[in-house]
Amino acid sequence: MSEPIIQIRDLHKYFGDIQAVKRVDLDISQGEVVVIVGPSGSGKSTVLRCINHLEVPTRGSIFIDGVHLEDKKTDINKVRAEVGMVFQQFNLFPHLTALENVTIAQRLVRRRDKAEADAIAMAQLTRVGIPEKADAYPRQLSGGQQQRVAIARSLAMRPKIMLFDEPTSALDPEMIKEVLDVMLDLAKDGMTMVVVTHEMGFARAAGDRMVFMDEGEVVEIATPEDLYSNPQSDRTKLFLSKILSH
Amino acid sequence: MTVQSDSLEDAPLTSTPKIRPDQFPFWLVIIIAFLGGMAYLVFTGEEYRQAFDFIWGNFGTLEGFEAQGLEGIIGRGLTMTLYITLTGFFFASIIGLFVGLGRISRNLVLRTLATTYIEFIRGVPTVVLIFTLALVVVPAVATFFGVENSVSNVSRAIAALAIIYGAYMAEVFRAGIESVPRGQTEAARSLGMTSYQAMRNIILPQAIRNIMPALGNDFIAILKDSSLVTLLAVRDLTQQAKLYSGSSFRFRETYLVLTFLYLAMTITLSLILRWYENRIRIEER
Repeated sequence: MSEPIIQIRDLHKYFGDIQAVKRVDLDISQGEVVVIVGPSGSGKSTVLRCINHLEVPTRGSIFIDGVHLEDKKTDINKVRAEVGMVFQQFNLFPHLTALENVTIAQRLVRRRDKAEADAIAMAQLTRVGIPEKADAYPRQLSGGQQQRVAIARSLAMRPKIMLFDEPTSALDPEMIKEVLDVMLDLAKDGMTMVVVTHEMGFARAAGDRMVFMDEGEVVEIATPEDLYSNPQSDRTKLFLSKILSH
Repeated sequence: MTVQSDSLEDAPLTSTPKIRPDQFPFWLVIIIAFLGGMAYLVFTGEEYRQAFDFIWGNFGTLEGFEAQGLEGIIGRGLTMTLYITLTGFFFASIIGLFVGLGRISRNLVLRTLATTYIEFIRGVPTVVLIFTLALVVVPAVATFFGVENSVSNVSRAIAALAIIYGAYMAEVFRAGIESVPRGQTEAARSLGMTSYQAMRNIILPQAIRNIMPALGNDFIAILKDSSLVTLLAVRDLTQQAKLYSGSSFRFRETYLVLTFLYLAMTITLSLILRWYENRIRIEER
Protein backbone atom coordinates (compact mmCIF):
# COMPACT_ATOMS: atom_id res chain seq x y z
CA MET A 1 0.00 0.00 0.00
CA SER A 2 1.26 3.47 -0.88
CA GLU A 3 2.14 6.10 1.68
CA PRO A 4 -0.87 7.87 3.22
CA ILE A 5 -1.57 11.26 1.57
CA ILE A 6 -2.19 12.87 4.98
CA GLN A 7 -0.17 11.90 8.01
CA ILE A 8 -0.86 13.54 11.35
CA ARG A 9 1.69 12.76 14.04
CA ASP A 10 1.34 13.61 17.73
CA LEU A 11 -0.64 16.80 17.02
CA HIS A 12 -1.15 19.22 19.92
CA LYS A 13 -2.69 22.67 19.76
CA TYR A 14 -3.06 25.20 22.54
CA PHE A 15 -4.99 28.46 22.40
CA GLY A 16 -3.40 30.30 25.29
CA ASP A 17 -3.82 27.94 28.25
CA ILE A 18 -6.62 25.97 26.64
CA GLN A 19 -5.61 22.74 24.99
CA ALA A 20 -7.80 22.34 21.92
CA VAL A 21 -6.13 19.26 20.47
CA LYS A 22 -4.31 16.49 22.37
CA ARG A 23 -2.04 13.82 20.90
CA VAL A 24 -3.86 13.25 17.62
CA ASP A 25 -2.41 10.63 15.27
CA LEU A 26 -4.21 9.96 12.02
CA ASP A 27 -3.30 8.60 8.58
CA ILE A 28 -5.56 9.16 5.60
CA SER A 29 -5.07 7.36 2.31
CA GLN A 30 -5.61 8.60 -1.20
CA GLY A 31 -9.31 8.50 -2.13
CA GLU A 32 -10.49 7.97 1.42
CA VAL A 33 -13.43 9.88 2.90
CA VAL A 34 -12.94 10.50 6.60
CA VAL A 35 -15.72 12.07 8.65
CA ILE A 36 -14.81 13.69 11.95
CA VAL A 37 -17.60 13.97 14.50
CA GLY A 38 -17.78 15.06 18.10
CA PRO A 39 -19.40 17.58 20.42
CA SER A 40 -18.66 21.24 19.83
CA GLY A 41 -15.34 22.31 21.26
CA SER A 42 -13.91 18.82 20.79
CA GLY A 43 -11.10 20.13 18.56
CA LYS A 44 -12.33 18.63 15.28
CA SER A 45 -12.29 21.92 13.36
CA THR A 46 -8.87 22.72 14.76
CA VAL A 47 -7.46 19.45 13.44
CA LEU A 48 -8.95 20.24 10.02
CA ARG A 49 -7.49 23.76 10.04
CA CYS A 50 -4.06 22.38 10.94
CA ILE A 51 -4.15 20.18 7.82
CA ASN A 52 -3.84 23.29 5.60
CA HIS A 53 -1.86 25.23 8.15
CA LEU A 54 -4.54 27.85 8.92
CA GLU A 55 -3.68 26.91 12.47
CA VAL A 56 -0.07 26.23 13.37
CA PRO A 57 0.30 23.19 15.64
CA THR A 58 1.85 23.81 19.04
CA ARG A 59 3.53 20.42 18.79
CA GLY A 60 3.64 17.56 16.31
CA SER A 61 3.86 17.21 12.56
CA ILE A 62 1.60 16.97 9.56
CA PHE A 63 2.73 15.57 6.22
CA ILE A 64 0.74 16.18 3.05
CA ASP A 65 1.88 13.96 0.21
CA GLY A 66 5.16 13.55 2.07
CA VAL A 67 5.68 17.32 2.53
CA HIS A 68 6.25 18.38 6.13
CA LEU A 69 4.04 21.44 6.78
CA GLU A 70 5.83 22.63 9.89
CA ASP A 71 9.20 22.67 8.13
CA LYS A 72 10.29 26.30 7.67
CA LYS A 73 11.52 25.52 4.16
CA THR A 74 8.12 24.27 3.00
CA ASP A 75 6.29 26.62 0.63
CA ILE A 76 2.92 26.50 2.36
CA ASN A 77 1.14 28.22 -0.55
CA LYS A 78 2.13 25.38 -2.86
CA VAL A 79 0.69 22.83 -0.45
CA ARG A 80 -2.51 24.82 0.08
CA ALA A 81 -3.14 24.97 -3.66
CA GLU A 82 -3.42 21.16 -3.50
CA VAL A 83 -5.71 21.19 -0.46
CA GLY A 84 -9.17 22.71 -1.01
CA MET A 85 -11.10 24.03 1.95
CA VAL A 86 -14.82 24.68 2.32
CA PHE A 87 -15.94 26.79 5.27
CA GLN A 88 -19.06 26.87 7.39
CA GLN A 89 -19.63 30.53 6.46
CA PHE A 90 -18.82 29.97 2.73
CA ASN A 91 -16.41 32.95 2.72
CA LEU A 92 -17.06 33.82 -0.90
CA PHE A 93 -15.41 37.05 -2.04
CA PRO A 94 -18.36 39.49 -2.04
CA HIS A 95 -16.81 41.97 -4.49
CA LEU A 96 -16.46 39.31 -7.20
CA THR A 97 -19.06 37.44 -9.26
CA ALA A 98 -19.49 33.69 -8.86
CA LEU A 99 -17.35 33.12 -11.96
CA GLU A 100 -14.62 35.50 -10.73
CA ASN A 101 -14.68 33.78 -7.34
CA VAL A 102 -13.84 30.55 -9.12
CA THR A 103 -11.22 32.02 -11.47
CA ILE A 104 -9.21 34.40 -9.27
CA ALA A 105 -7.03 31.82 -7.52
CA GLN A 106 -6.57 29.90 -10.77
CA ARG A 107 -5.22 33.08 -12.35
CA LEU A 108 -3.03 34.14 -9.44
CA VAL A 109 -1.84 30.81 -8.08
CA ARG A 110 -2.06 28.39 -10.99
CA ARG A 111 -1.13 31.13 -13.50
CA ARG A 112 -3.77 29.99 -15.98
CA ASP A 113 -4.79 32.47 -18.66
CA LYS A 114 -8.27 33.96 -18.65
CA ALA A 115 -9.77 31.67 -21.30
CA GLU A 116 -8.56 28.51 -19.59
CA ALA A 117 -9.57 29.69 -16.12
CA ASP A 118 -13.02 30.68 -17.37
CA ALA A 119 -13.51 27.32 -19.06
CA ILE A 120 -12.50 25.39 -15.95
CA ALA A 121 -14.67 27.64 -13.78
CA MET A 122 -17.73 27.11 -15.97
CA ALA A 123 -17.13 23.35 -15.93
CA GLN A 124 -16.99 23.39 -12.12
CA LEU A 125 -20.06 25.61 -11.79
CA THR A 126 -21.87 23.18 -14.07
CA ARG A 127 -20.70 20.29 -11.94
CA VAL A 128 -22.19 21.89 -8.80
CA GLY A 129 -25.37 22.63 -10.75
CA ILE A 130 -25.43 26.44 -11.06
CA PRO A 131 -23.78 27.49 -14.34
CA GLU A 132 -26.59 30.04 -14.84
CA LYS A 133 -25.40 31.95 -11.74
CA ALA A 134 -21.91 32.65 -13.12
CA ASP A 135 -22.47 36.40 -13.29
CA ALA A 136 -24.32 36.74 -10.00
CA TYR A 137 -22.69 38.30 -6.95
CA PRO A 138 -22.63 36.26 -3.72
CA ARG A 139 -25.27 38.48 -2.06
CA GLN A 140 -27.68 37.55 -4.88
CA LEU A 141 -27.31 33.82 -4.15
CA SER A 142 -28.96 31.62 -1.53
CA GLY A 143 -26.82 30.00 1.14
CA GLY A 144 -26.87 26.66 -0.64
CA GLN A 145 -25.85 28.26 -3.92
CA GLN A 146 -23.05 30.20 -2.21
CA GLN A 147 -21.69 27.03 -0.66
CA ARG A 148 -21.77 25.28 -4.01
CA VAL A 149 -19.82 28.16 -5.60
CA ALA A 150 -17.34 27.83 -2.73
CA ILE A 151 -16.93 24.13 -3.52
CA ALA A 152 -16.47 24.93 -7.23
CA ARG A 153 -13.88 27.55 -6.27
CA SER A 154 -11.81 24.93 -4.47
CA LEU A 155 -12.30 22.23 -7.12
CA ALA A 156 -11.14 24.56 -9.90
CA MET A 157 -7.68 24.40 -8.36
CA ARG A 158 -7.72 20.64 -9.09
CA PRO A 159 -6.79 19.79 -5.50
CA LYS A 160 -5.71 16.38 -4.28
CA ILE A 161 -7.55 16.77 -0.98
CA MET A 162 -10.76 18.55 0.02
CA LEU A 163 -11.43 19.68 3.57
CA PHE A 164 -14.97 20.52 4.68
CA ASP A 165 -15.48 22.43 7.93
CA GLU A 166 -19.16 21.99 8.87
CA PRO A 167 -20.23 22.89 5.31
CA THR A 168 -23.97 22.63 5.98
CA SER A 169 -24.19 24.04 9.52
CA ALA A 170 -25.02 27.59 8.37
CA LEU A 171 -27.64 26.48 5.84
CA ASP A 172 -31.41 26.41 6.03
CA PRO A 173 -32.66 22.80 6.13
CA GLU A 174 -34.03 22.84 2.58
CA MET A 175 -30.60 23.75 1.18
CA ILE A 176 -28.57 21.13 3.00
CA LYS A 177 -29.37 18.39 0.52
CA GLU A 178 -28.13 20.27 -2.55
CA VAL A 179 -24.74 20.73 -0.91
CA LEU A 180 -24.55 17.17 0.40
CA ASP A 181 -25.41 15.83 -3.08
CA VAL A 182 -22.42 17.68 -4.52
CA MET A 183 -20.21 16.24 -1.78
CA LEU A 184 -21.53 12.70 -2.33
CA ASP A 185 -20.73 13.01 -6.03
CA LEU A 186 -17.25 14.15 -5.21
CA ALA A 187 -16.72 11.19 -2.87
CA LYS A 188 -17.92 8.83 -5.59
CA ASP A 189 -15.35 10.31 -7.98
CA GLY A 190 -12.60 9.25 -5.62
CA MET A 191 -11.66 12.59 -4.05
CA THR A 192 -9.77 12.39 -0.78
CA MET A 193 -12.03 14.15 1.71
CA VAL A 194 -11.87 15.10 5.36
CA VAL A 195 -15.26 16.28 6.55
CA VAL A 196 -16.27 17.78 9.87
CA THR A 197 -20.04 17.53 10.00
CA HIS A 198 -23.08 16.66 12.05
CA GLU A 199 -24.78 15.08 9.03
CA MET A 200 -24.93 11.43 10.03
CA GLY A 201 -26.70 10.50 6.80
CA PHE A 202 -23.75 11.77 4.79
CA ALA A 203 -21.28 9.98 7.04
CA ARG A 204 -23.10 6.71 6.56
CA ALA A 205 -23.45 7.12 2.80
CA ALA A 206 -19.98 8.38 1.90
CA GLY A 207 -17.68 7.87 4.88
CA ASP A 208 -14.99 5.17 4.74
CA ARG A 209 -14.01 5.87 8.33
CA MET A 210 -15.37 7.97 11.13
CA VAL A 211 -13.27 9.64 13.75
CA PHE A 212 -14.95 10.47 17.03
CA MET A 213 -13.27 13.27 18.97
CA ASP A 214 -13.97 14.55 22.45
CA GLU A 215 -12.08 17.12 24.54
CA GLY A 216 -9.32 17.38 21.96
CA GLU A 217 -8.61 13.67 21.75
CA VAL A 218 -9.42 11.02 19.21
CA VAL A 219 -11.62 8.63 21.18
CA GLU A 220 -12.50 6.12 18.52
CA ILE A 221 -11.93 5.42 14.83
CA ALA A 222 -14.20 2.99 12.99
CA THR A 223 -16.29 2.49 9.88
CA PRO A 224 -19.62 4.31 10.08
CA GLU A 225 -21.45 0.99 10.45
CA ASP A 226 -19.31 -0.15 13.36
CA LEU A 227 -19.37 3.21 15.06
CA TYR A 228 -23.15 3.40 14.99
CA SER A 229 -23.94 -0.23 15.77
CA ASN A 230 -21.10 -1.09 18.07
CA PRO A 231 -19.43 1.91 19.70
CA GLN A 232 -16.57 0.88 21.95
CA SER A 233 -16.17 3.80 24.33
CA ASP A 234 -18.72 5.20 26.76
CA ARG A 235 -18.07 8.72 25.50
CA THR A 236 -18.95 7.66 21.95
CA LYS A 237 -22.10 5.92 23.19
CA LEU A 238 -23.17 9.01 25.09
CA PHE A 239 -22.57 11.28 22.09
CA LEU A 240 -24.41 8.98 19.68
CA SER A 241 -27.33 8.58 22.05
CA LYS A 242 -27.69 12.36 22.12
CA ILE A 243 -27.62 12.94 18.38
CA LEU A 244 -29.48 9.82 17.27
CA SER A 245 -32.26 9.90 19.87
CA HIS A 246 -34.79 11.58 17.58
CA MET B 1 -59.57 51.19 9.65
CA THR B 2 -57.56 54.30 10.40
CA VAL B 3 -54.88 52.28 12.08
CA GLN B 4 -54.55 50.07 9.04
CA SER B 5 -54.17 52.89 6.55
CA ASP B 6 -51.62 54.60 8.83
CA SER B 7 -49.43 51.54 8.98
CA LEU B 8 -49.61 51.17 5.23
CA GLU B 9 -48.49 54.74 4.72
CA ASP B 10 -45.54 54.23 7.05
CA ALA B 11 -44.32 51.20 5.19
CA PRO B 12 -41.44 52.32 2.92
CA LEU B 13 -42.40 50.18 -0.05
CA THR B 14 -42.05 50.80 -3.76
CA SER B 15 -43.84 54.19 -3.94
CA THR B 16 -41.78 57.38 -3.91
CA PRO B 17 -40.88 58.04 -0.29
CA LYS B 18 -42.40 61.25 1.03
CA ILE B 19 -39.94 63.35 3.01
CA ARG B 20 -41.46 64.17 6.38
CA PRO B 21 -41.09 67.79 7.59
CA ASP B 22 -38.70 66.80 10.41
CA GLN B 23 -36.41 65.12 7.87
CA PHE B 24 -36.44 67.86 5.28
CA PRO B 25 -32.90 69.26 4.79
CA PHE B 26 -33.64 72.87 5.81
CA TRP B 27 -29.93 73.33 6.54
CA LEU B 28 -29.19 72.77 2.87
CA VAL B 29 -31.77 75.36 1.81
CA ILE B 30 -30.18 77.93 4.12
CA ILE B 31 -26.67 77.19 2.86
CA ILE B 32 -27.79 77.29 -0.78
CA ALA B 33 -29.53 80.62 -0.05
CA PHE B 34 -26.24 81.97 1.34
CA LEU B 35 -24.30 80.71 -1.69
CA GLY B 36 -26.93 82.11 -4.05
CA GLY B 37 -26.88 85.47 -2.30
CA MET B 38 -23.10 85.63 -2.50
CA ALA B 39 -23.15 84.69 -6.19
CA TYR B 40 -25.66 87.50 -6.74
CA LEU B 41 -23.39 90.00 -4.96
CA VAL B 42 -20.37 88.89 -6.99
CA PHE B 43 -22.26 89.29 -10.24
CA THR B 44 -23.86 92.62 -9.44
CA GLY B 45 -21.70 94.41 -6.84
CA GLU B 46 -18.48 96.02 -8.08
CA GLU B 47 -16.58 95.63 -4.77
CA TYR B 48 -17.48 91.96 -4.44
CA ARG B 49 -16.59 91.26 -8.04
CA GLN B 50 -13.15 92.84 -7.65
CA ALA B 51 -12.49 90.81 -4.48
CA PHE B 52 -13.66 87.68 -6.24
CA ASP B 53 -11.46 88.28 -9.27
CA PHE B 54 -8.38 88.79 -7.14
CA ILE B 55 -8.91 85.80 -4.85
CA TRP B 56 -9.93 83.58 -7.74
CA GLY B 57 -6.51 84.52 -9.05
CA ASN B 58 -6.77 86.42 -12.27
CA PHE B 59 -4.02 88.69 -10.94
CA GLY B 60 -0.63 88.03 -9.46
CA THR B 61 1.95 85.41 -10.28
CA LEU B 62 2.75 82.03 -8.86
CA GLU B 63 6.26 81.21 -7.89
CA GLY B 64 7.51 77.71 -8.45
CA PHE B 65 4.33 76.47 -10.01
CA GLU B 66 3.66 76.69 -13.68
CA ALA B 67 0.04 75.94 -14.26
CA GLN B 68 -0.64 76.44 -17.90
CA GLY B 69 -3.91 75.37 -19.48
CA LEU B 70 -6.05 75.10 -16.38
CA GLU B 71 -5.34 78.43 -14.74
CA GLY B 72 -6.65 80.38 -17.70
CA ILE B 73 -10.08 78.95 -17.01
CA ILE B 74 -10.35 78.61 -13.24
CA GLY B 75 -7.85 81.18 -12.01
CA ARG B 76 -4.51 80.86 -10.25
CA GLY B 77 -5.71 81.04 -6.67
CA LEU B 78 -8.19 78.25 -7.15
CA THR B 79 -5.75 76.25 -9.29
CA MET B 80 -3.20 76.40 -6.48
CA THR B 81 -5.71 75.32 -3.84
CA LEU B 82 -6.94 72.42 -5.97
CA TYR B 83 -3.40 71.40 -6.95
CA ILE B 84 -2.26 71.30 -3.34
CA THR B 85 -5.40 69.47 -2.24
CA LEU B 86 -5.24 66.81 -4.96
CA THR B 87 -1.52 66.10 -4.72
CA GLY B 88 -1.63 66.31 -0.92
CA PHE B 89 -4.51 63.82 -0.83
CA PHE B 90 -2.76 61.54 -3.31
CA PHE B 91 0.45 61.32 -1.28
CA ALA B 92 -1.43 61.19 2.02
CA SER B 93 -3.37 58.17 0.68
CA ILE B 94 -0.17 56.36 -0.22
CA ILE B 95 1.37 57.14 3.17
CA GLY B 96 -1.89 56.21 4.88
CA LEU B 97 -2.12 52.86 3.09
CA PHE B 98 1.42 51.79 3.97
CA VAL B 99 1.38 53.13 7.52
CA GLY B 100 -2.06 51.53 8.01
CA LEU B 101 -0.59 48.20 6.88
CA GLY B 102 2.34 48.82 9.23
CA ARG B 103 -0.07 49.34 12.12
CA ILE B 104 -1.46 45.82 11.74
CA SER B 105 1.81 44.19 10.74
CA ARG B 106 3.05 41.25 12.76
CA ASN B 107 6.53 42.79 12.60
CA LEU B 108 7.15 44.69 15.85
CA VAL B 109 9.54 47.19 14.26
CA LEU B 110 7.08 48.16 11.51
CA ARG B 111 4.23 48.34 14.00
CA THR B 112 6.24 50.53 16.36
CA LEU B 113 7.34 52.88 13.57
CA ALA B 114 3.77 53.26 12.31
CA THR B 115 2.27 53.82 15.75
CA THR B 116 4.97 56.33 16.73
CA TYR B 117 4.39 58.35 13.56
CA ILE B 118 0.61 58.41 14.02
CA GLU B 119 0.71 59.33 17.71
CA PHE B 120 3.36 61.98 17.05
CA ILE B 121 1.30 63.71 14.37
CA ARG B 122 -1.93 63.46 16.33
CA GLY B 123 -0.33 65.04 19.37
CA VAL B 124 0.80 68.27 17.69
CA PRO B 125 -1.45 71.09 16.38
CA THR B 126 -1.75 71.21 12.59
CA VAL B 127 -0.44 74.78 12.34
CA VAL B 128 2.63 73.89 14.38
CA LEU B 129 3.20 70.83 12.20
CA ILE B 130 2.95 72.89 9.01
CA PHE B 131 5.81 75.09 10.23
CA THR B 132 7.89 72.26 11.65
CA LEU B 133 7.53 70.01 8.64
CA ALA B 134 7.95 72.67 5.97
CA LEU B 135 10.70 74.67 7.64
CA VAL B 136 12.63 72.01 9.58
CA VAL B 137 11.91 68.45 8.45
CA VAL B 138 11.64 68.91 4.69
CA PRO B 139 14.81 71.09 4.45
CA ALA B 140 16.69 68.53 6.55
CA VAL B 141 15.63 65.71 4.25
CA ALA B 142 16.38 67.84 1.17
CA THR B 143 19.87 68.64 2.50
CA PHE B 144 20.44 64.97 3.12
CA PHE B 145 19.71 64.26 -0.53
CA GLY B 146 21.64 67.33 -1.67
CA VAL B 147 18.68 69.12 -3.29
CA GLU B 148 18.18 71.80 -0.64
CA ASN B 149 17.64 74.74 -2.94
CA SER B 150 15.31 73.10 -5.40
CA VAL B 151 12.45 72.45 -2.99
CA SER B 152 9.80 75.12 -3.55
CA ASN B 153 7.37 76.40 -0.97
CA VAL B 154 4.58 74.66 -2.80
CA SER B 155 6.36 71.29 -2.55
CA ARG B 156 7.02 71.89 1.15
CA ALA B 157 3.38 72.69 1.67
CA ILE B 158 2.27 69.53 -0.14
CA ALA B 159 4.78 67.42 1.78
CA ALA B 160 3.58 68.88 5.09
CA LEU B 161 -0.11 68.22 4.30
CA ALA B 162 0.65 64.70 3.04
CA ILE B 163 2.64 63.83 6.17
CA ILE B 164 -0.06 65.24 8.49
CA TYR B 165 -3.00 63.62 6.72
CA GLY B 166 -1.05 60.42 6.08
CA ALA B 167 -1.27 59.81 9.82
CA TYR B 168 -5.02 60.37 9.98
CA MET B 169 -5.65 58.32 6.86
CA ALA B 170 -3.49 55.47 8.18
CA GLU B 171 -6.09 54.95 10.90
CA VAL B 172 -8.84 54.96 8.27
CA PHE B 173 -7.04 52.34 6.18
CA ARG B 174 -6.33 50.25 9.28
CA ALA B 175 -9.99 50.31 10.28
CA GLY B 176 -11.01 49.48 6.70
CA ILE B 177 -8.72 46.46 6.53
CA GLU B 178 -9.89 45.27 9.94
CA SER B 179 -13.51 45.62 8.83
CA VAL B 180 -13.05 42.78 6.33
CA PRO B 181 -13.93 39.49 8.07
CA ARG B 182 -11.10 37.09 8.92
CA GLY B 183 -12.75 34.38 6.83
CA GLN B 184 -11.88 36.34 3.68
CA THR B 185 -8.16 36.08 4.38
CA GLU B 186 -8.52 32.43 5.35
CA ALA B 187 -10.40 31.60 2.15
CA ALA B 188 -7.82 33.41 0.02
CA ARG B 189 -4.86 31.81 1.79
CA SER B 190 -6.43 28.35 1.71
CA LEU B 191 -6.56 28.65 -2.09
CA GLY B 192 -2.78 29.10 -2.08
CA MET B 193 -2.61 32.88 -2.45
CA THR B 194 0.36 34.57 -0.82
CA SER B 195 -0.40 37.12 1.89
CA TYR B 196 0.42 39.87 -0.62
CA GLN B 197 -1.96 38.44 -3.24
CA ALA B 198 -4.71 38.06 -0.65
CA MET B 199 -4.25 41.64 0.59
CA ARG B 200 -4.06 43.12 -2.91
CA ASN B 201 -6.90 41.18 -4.58
CA ILE B 202 -9.28 40.21 -1.78
CA ILE B 203 -8.88 42.41 1.30
CA LEU B 204 -8.00 45.86 -0.04
CA PRO B 205 -10.78 46.09 -2.67
CA GLN B 206 -13.34 45.39 0.06
CA ALA B 207 -11.57 47.62 2.59
CA ILE B 208 -11.41 50.60 0.23
CA ARG B 209 -15.08 50.22 -0.64
CA ASN B 210 -15.90 50.27 3.07
CA ILE B 211 -13.85 53.40 3.73
CA MET B 212 -14.86 55.45 0.68
CA PRO B 213 -17.02 57.80 2.81
CA ALA B 214 -14.19 58.28 5.33
CA LEU B 215 -11.70 58.94 2.52
CA GLY B 216 -14.10 61.50 1.06
CA ASN B 217 -14.31 63.24 4.41
CA ASP B 218 -10.52 63.35 4.58
CA PHE B 219 -10.44 64.87 1.11
CA ILE B 220 -12.78 67.64 2.28
CA ALA B 221 -10.65 68.11 5.38
CA ILE B 222 -7.49 68.48 3.28
CA LEU B 223 -9.27 70.96 1.01
CA LYS B 224 -10.07 73.08 4.07
CA ASP B 225 -6.68 72.68 5.71
CA SER B 226 -4.91 73.52 2.45
CA SER B 227 -5.73 77.11 3.48
CA LEU B 228 -3.00 76.71 6.13
CA VAL B 229 -0.31 76.73 3.43
CA THR B 230 -0.92 80.45 3.29
CA LEU B 231 1.45 80.46 6.30
CA LEU B 232 4.21 79.44 3.90
CA ALA B 233 3.38 82.31 1.52
CA VAL B 234 1.97 79.92 -1.07
CA ARG B 235 -0.54 81.80 -3.20
CA ASP B 236 -3.64 79.72 -2.72
CA LEU B 237 -7.15 81.14 -2.32
CA THR B 238 -6.56 82.18 1.28
CA GLN B 239 -3.25 83.87 0.53
CA GLN B 240 -4.87 85.77 -2.35
CA ALA B 241 -7.57 86.93 0.05
CA LYS B 242 -4.99 88.07 2.60
CA LEU B 243 -3.10 90.03 -0.04
CA TYR B 244 -6.27 91.64 -1.36
CA SER B 245 -7.72 92.62 2.01
CA GLY B 246 -4.30 93.92 3.04
CA SER B 247 -4.09 96.30 0.14
CA SER B 248 -7.76 97.24 -0.32
CA PHE B 249 -8.96 97.13 3.31
CA ARG B 250 -12.21 95.60 2.06
CA PHE B 251 -12.27 92.91 4.73
CA ARG B 252 -15.99 92.24 4.56
CA GLU B 253 -16.06 91.63 0.79
CA THR B 254 -12.81 89.66 0.82
CA TYR B 255 -13.61 87.19 3.56
CA LEU B 256 -17.26 86.71 2.61
CA VAL B 257 -16.12 85.81 -0.92
CA LEU B 258 -13.44 83.49 0.47
CA THR B 259 -15.98 81.79 2.73
CA PHE B 260 -18.32 81.47 -0.25
CA LEU B 261 -15.64 79.80 -2.38
CA TYR B 262 -14.66 77.19 0.22
CA LEU B 263 -18.25 76.46 1.23
CA ALA B 264 -19.35 76.04 -2.39
CA MET B 265 -16.64 73.41 -2.88
CA THR B 266 -17.07 71.52 0.40
CA ILE B 267 -20.87 71.42 0.21
CA THR B 268 -20.75 70.13 -3.35
CA LEU B 269 -18.29 67.42 -2.35
CA SER B 270 -20.24 66.40 0.72
CA LEU B 271 -23.46 66.14 -1.29
CA ILE B 272 -21.71 63.89 -3.81
CA LEU B 273 -20.48 61.80 -0.88
CA ARG B 274 -23.96 61.46 0.62
CA TRP B 275 -25.33 60.44 -2.75
CA TYR B 276 -22.61 57.80 -3.11
CA GLU B 277 -23.22 56.40 0.39
CA ASN B 278 -26.93 56.14 -0.31
CA ARG B 279 -26.32 54.34 -3.57
CA ILE B 280 -24.04 51.82 -1.86
CA ARG B 281 -26.63 51.24 0.86
CA ILE B 282 -29.34 50.56 -1.70
CA GLU B 283 -27.05 48.30 -3.72
CA GLU B 284 -26.18 46.19 -0.71
CA ARG B 285 -29.76 45.65 0.35
